Amino acid sequence: MAERPLSPFITVYRWSYTMTLSILHRITGVALAVALLGLVAWLLSASRGADAYAALTPLLLSAPGKLLIVLAMTALIYHCCNGLRHLAWDMGWGFERADARRSAALVVIVTLIAAALCLYAMFRPGTGGA
Amino acid sequence: MSLRAPLARALHHGTARAGVSHWLIQRVTATALAPLAIWLLIALLSLPSSDYASVTRWIGTGLHPVLLALVVLIGAWHAWLGVQVVIEDYVHGFVTKTAALLVSLFVHVLVAASGLYALLHIALATPA
Repeated sequence: MAERPLSPFITVYRWSYTMTLSILHRITGVALAVALLGLVAWLLSASRGADAYAALTPLLLSAPGKLLIVLAMTALIYHCCNGLRHLAWDMGWGFERADARRSAALVVIVTLIAAALCLYAMFRPGTGGA
Repeated sequence: MSLRAPLARALHHGTARAGVSHWLIQRVTATALAPLAIWLLIALLSLPSSDYASVTRWIGTGLHPVLLALVVLIGAWHAWLGVQVVIEDYVHGFVTKTAALLVSLFVHVLVAASGLYALLHIALATPA
């Protein structure tokens, strides 16, 4: 069984940036499964009372904590945008190479802008953010 | 007319027609999650404060516990389907693969149950 060749055998393909988006969809998907764990941990701590919540808050509001939240939000935005691209393909739209490359560029641009907005919203002076 | 080989039919191998439903549920949950994800992002970023009182009030008020429950439940369902495909593609060997798939299923069910429990707890303690 183990000796059989694997498909897709990716090393034989010339790399194109749409392939990077494809593997990023998987990576962000797995990351978001972990982020869901974080969201539920946050809800659980809030349900356990003020003390349990207060124990978690400094972690969330530290610079690494906020950065991690921004990364999770960026993963969500990317996975959501690229997911819509996949749904469009499932309907048979946008399969031409030029279309796929254009939608890929659009996904990257939207993700970068939205990620910058999240970064600003989380780190803006004054309010504590999330 | 069936295109399946008689041997495959005898061994009960071949398509169980379960692949389509996996594919379809992944798409249906994705469609549901797209608007929920946008709502969650905007809602989290516009929380007025991160202190206990205002966060629990926000979680427990109006439609928020319902929408959050949908995020947790549909999110866990979609994540389980996605992680399953990733495990099937990258984890080899029957025992390791089966163990990974089982752990993934149990963790996702645990996440969904815990999230729902926490939301009920907060929502029922918050005056509607």
